[in-house]
This record gives sequence, C-alpha cells and structure tokens, in this order.
Amino acid sequence: MSNIQINTFADLLAQGKTPEILFWVGCAGSFDERAKKITKAFAKILNQANVSFAVLGSEEGCTGDPAKRAGNEFLFQMQALTNIEVLNGYNVKKIVTTCPHCFNTLKNEYPELGGNYEVIHHTQFIKSLLKEGRLTVKGGVFKGKRITFHDPCYLGRANNVYEAPREVLQKLDAELSEMKSCKQKGLCCGAGGAQMFKESEAGNKEVNIKRTEEALETKPEIIAAGCPFCNTMLTDGIKNKKKENEVKVLDIAELINQASDL
Amino acid sequence: MLTYIPNIIFIIFFTITLFFFIRNVKRIYRNINLGIPIDRNDNKKQRWAQMLRIAFGQSKMIDKPIVGILHIVVYLGFLVINIELLEILFDGFFGTHRVFAPYLGPFYNFLIGFFEIFALLVIISVVIFWIRRNILTITRFLNNEMKGWPKTDANWILYIELILMTLFLTMNGSDFWLQINSSDPNYISAGYFPVSQYLLPFFDSLSINSVIIIERTAWWLHITGIFFFLNYLYYSKHLHILLAFPNTYFANLESKGKFSNLKSVTNEVKMMLDPSVDPFVTPETNQVVPKFGASDVFDLSKIQLLNAYTCTECGRCTSECPANQTGKKLSPRKIMMDTRDRLEEVGRNIDLNKGEFKSDGKQLLENHISTEELWACTSCNACVEACPIGIDPLSIIMDMRRYLVMEKSAAPSELNNMMNNIENNGAPWPFNQMDKLNWKNEL
Repeated sequence: MSNIQINTFADLLAQGKTPEILFWVGCAGSFDERAKKITKAFAKILNQANVSFAVLGSEEGCTGDPAKRAGNEFLFQMQALTNIEVLNGYNVKKIVTTCPHCFNTLKNEYPELGGNYEVIHHTQFIKSLLKEGRLTVKGGVFKGKRITFHDPCYLGRANNVYEAPREVLQKLDAELSEMKSCKQKGLCCGAGGAQMFKESEAGNKEVNIKRTEEALETKPEIIAAGCPFCNTMLTDGIKNKKKENEVKVLDIAELINQASDL
Repeated sequence: MLTYIPNIIFIIFFTITLFFFIRNVKRIYRNINLGIPIDRNDNKKQRWAQMLRIAFGQSKMIDKPIVGILHIVVYLGFLVINIELLEILFDGFFGTHRVFAPYLGPFYNFLIGFFEIFALLVIISVVIFWIRRNILTITRFLNNEMKGWPKTDANWILYIELILMTLFLTMNGSDFWLQINSSDPNYISAGYFPVSQYLLPFFDSLSINSVIIIERTAWWLHITGIFFFLNYLYYSKHLHILLAFPNTYFANLESKGKFSNLKSVTNEVKMMLDPSVDPFVTPETNQVVPKFGASDVFDLSKIQLLNAYTCTECGRCTSECPANQTGKKLSPRKIMMDTRDRLEEVGRNIDLNKGEFKSDGKQLLENHISTEELWACTSCNACVEACPIGIDPLSIIMDMRRYLVMEKSAAPSELNNMMNNIENNGAPWPFNQMDKLNWKNEL
C-alpha cells in the first residue's frame, strides 16, 4: 500500500471538502486489468501534482457511449440522465478522464441533457500540469527511444485534440515518429462504435492488425496510446505479431509516470 | 424574317433547357423535402465561411495534392468559361457576334486568352482523370458499387467536358482564321487566342464558307452541349457542381464526436426516471408514436438526403474506412449512393402515383443497405473527415442502427450482452458496480 489517497466525492463532502476536479475513471479503467494500470498511473500523477481531485467510485455508471454507438439511444439516455443527476448533485465543474470515449460523451452529448461541465482528456491535463510546473519529467528513461503515437478517433477526429498528447511526449526526449496515417487521417484501432464488444464482420483482416502493422512500420520501441480501448487493440495486435518483447504499448500517463519515477 | 431563324431556334433550345432544368430542380427539392426537418440555420457567418472555404475555396481537395490541383483546374475552368457563356447566350438571343468585344476592348482580348489557357488545362486534366479511372489501378474507383452506371457516368462526364472544350477551341480557332482571312463584318478582330492559334493551319486549305460552317457548327454544338450537360446533372454524380455549395453551408459545425440526442427518447426516459409520474395515466390520445431511427429515406433528415444528391462518388470516404480497408462489406460511399438510389425510386413512385407515395414494399434497409454493412462501422469518423464536400455517411449508419436496435431489437447478440450489462451493472462487462473502486486497493 502506498500513501496515495483516492477519495470519493461522497467521502470528501462528508468531511466538508469540495474537490476541484472529478477524475472520471470509466468502466475500462475500473475493471479491465490492462486499463487499471493506466488509471493507477494517472492517479499517481494527480497525487504527485497535488491536484485536488476525487472519484465517484460506485456512483459512477457507464457514460452510455457503447450503447449509443450501438444504436440504443434509450439506454444511453438512461445512463446519461442518471450520471448527470449524480454529477449535478455534487456540483461537479471540471472532469478529467483517461478514456476518450467517456471524454467525448461527457463533453459533447451530456450538455443537451442537462450536464454542463468542463471536460478534459488526461493528456490535456498532463500537458497543463507540465506547463504550470506542477509536474516535472526527467527525459533520461526514454532518451533516444523511438515512440509512435496512435491517435484515438474520439480524441482526434471527434474532438480535434492532436497536439496535447504529442506535446507531452516531446517532454520525454524520445524520438517521435509518425505513422503514415496519423492525426486527421489516423486509422481507427477497430474498437470504436461498440466493435470492442463484438466479433467483427467477415473481411480479410482485423482492423487492429492493420493498425499494428502501420505502427510497426515506424520501427518503434513504444507505441503510445491515449485510450484504454486502443491500448487493448494494439496490445493484441503486437501479441499477434509476436513482438511483445520488443514493442510496448503504453498509455501517455504510464510513460509520464515512468519518466517522473513516481 | 429568315435572318431571325437562328435566334428563334436558339430561344427554343434555351426554353426547352430551362423547362427541363426547372423540372429537375423541383424534383430534387421535393425529394429532399421528404426528409425530416433539421435546424441548420444557426451561425450563419460560420456557415458562409465554411461554404466559401470548402466549396468555393476547395480547401479539402488538396488533401490529395495531385488530383486536388487537377480538380481545382477543372473547377476554375468551369467558373471562368462560364463568364464566356454570358456572351454566348447574349449572342444567341440577339444574333450578335462577340457582342462584348467592342465594350471591353483590350480586356476582352485578355479574357479570351485566359479562357483558352483554362480550356487547354481542363483538357489535360480531363485526360489524366480518364487515365486514372480507366488505365491505372486506383482501388477507390474499383469497388463493387462503382460497376455499371457509376463508372459509365464518370466517363461520360469526362467525355462531355473534353468535347465541350474541344468545341470551344475549334470555335475560337476558326473565328480567328476568319478574322484574318474573311471580310465578313461579323468576324471583327477581337480576342487573343494563345491556344487555338495553333489550329489556323488546319483551316488554310478550306474555303471561307467551309470555315464559317465549321465556326458556326462548333458554336452551336458547344452551347447545345452545355444545355444538354446542365440537364444531364440530375441523372449523374456530377450534381455536386451545384449542390456542393448548399451542402457545405448546411454541413455539421459541431465536434464530429457529438452524435444527436433523440428528443423523443429524452421525454420517455425522463418519464421512466421520474418517480412522480403516474405510470397508469394514459398519455394523451391521438399522439403519434415516434419511430426511432431510420429504415427508409423518409426517416432521414433533409440534410442527409441533400448529402446523398451531393455525393460525387469519389470514394475518398471508402478508401479511408477501416472496415472497408480490411475487406468488410461496408463502404460509406455505397451508403450515400444507396440513399440516393432509394430516394430516386421513391421520387419516381410519387411521380407515377400523382404526387403520393404508394408503398412499394421496399425500404432503404435490407433492400439497399444490409445489416452486415451497418454493423461493420467503428464510428471513427474517417469517412466524414475525408469527404471534400462535407457529407456525413456516419450519421445515416447510426440512424439505421438505432432503428435496428430500438424498433427491431435486432442487435448482434454480443451487443445485447453488452447492453444488458450496462443496464444491470452500469458497465459493459459483467462486473459489480460496487467494485468500481477496487483498483485503489492495488495502488
């Protein structure tokens, strides 16, 4: 056990405190073994930077993103209205999340339903922490390593966030190389639109394999990701290519964590 | 009297053209209005800017630099040569010849020279386009949905443009020869002919009368060709030369990740979640039960239908689509083409049935777009990003998924499991919501 405190909004409120920021963990970040590592890495960063934050814990329900993209608007809005009631009940103003799907849904689809918050992705938040000097990284660990960044669709094309994750990566003194399709033209990992939860339709290749091949063309030592679903898809792709010993798929929060030696 | 015959013929041709053109515009307008109204009249300034940038300024065409520049050449050629069209129409109506020349003087010479250079550049571009479509192996031109009429249509457009430009230059070249060699007062010295001057030697062996016939024939074929082309648009993907403008004006201005929230669902969900609502109170009668999602063109928005007419089948969407790239059936371009085909089918049905649609037992779903295509989409927005004129195939896919799930309960079983999990434990996997914070014990 470390000395990192993870408080829920309910706990803090009972103590008469109001945290500045809600860390929306998301379902993958809470339950998926791989994604939990991202959650923990980001929690450490928040702690290191002395950010006043809390989580919702068992009061956090799925944002409804996979239901909505699957076509189930009823279930999406049930989830949304339930979550909005909780969020508004705690008077939440600012949300940070490690999942671009949660980010997109909270940011774009909740306001019309009565949920108005400032929503930021963790790569944007890390960028501002670095800029404000609340967090520092030592480039040593990654100096000279080849890193390629995979743009999550729901961060990039969906919300035009392309630079924040790259600016954070630049702090690592690593050698950044772009895939041939990146930013606006970045290829999907294959998980979006609820594909994560089903077998794909008949074709000649899995999307994650194609994307992994594109990433491997840059001869990276690390594939940087900013989404727990992309992370899973690319990790599977690397395993499929039997490259798991040479190439690591890591979230930006994990990279910063390692560089800061948290 | 006899001297007025050409004017009369011209006016008849023009009237016929206008008649059919107005009829076609009315049909398109009526068909688009079969869709559901959607408010896209906000942020007018931003919309004008978007239209000027994307349609007028062709900003997204240069994502693919070579074809982008060639396209801009053809587009500019279309714009500038249309200025010349004004003079041709004037001459046609009033039996004049190069009526603007005396008024514009040296500027007229410059304009004609400018048009000629563009005509030549258009010919070069069109030839390259033809080679790309018919000789080179460019995958986005070879997908299944491009077989048959779409391929023929694409080639016809190129042939028509090639013929029109050749006629334009022939008309100018013969005119220039007559300006030099004939004393006919019609052929006053006017214009500068940097391209068609090279045609002069071809006329040298001919009599003045023969060259006059060539000049007149080229003039007439050129203008009637344009009249024909104007009415060909309705049957062709080439409609984009007009509709790209309204389409980019009305295109979505918000984040691409923001999908619409169905209002009809919000009302029902609020009722379900509100403990004060008496579930046994019968709602007001004669309330129309809303249909959730889309199974046919009537369920799509007017903008989505405008999108369908605007699509020029370039396939940039399909070539960027992750599902299509990995061999799945989904092709965003086909979604747009199917939507237009179905809308046209519905339109013909209405024409045959005196203005009323009689059910034909068909719909957009299944008869045109299969569920296999719809479920292959990752909602990644690559198609939307790729479209050079702001078409949104993804919104149609999502509306049709909504119909499948909410009206037909026809989601793939794994997705039903995922949705059951969300409903029961607040996560897409079967974990207990109470355990959501267990990760903190692993810190």
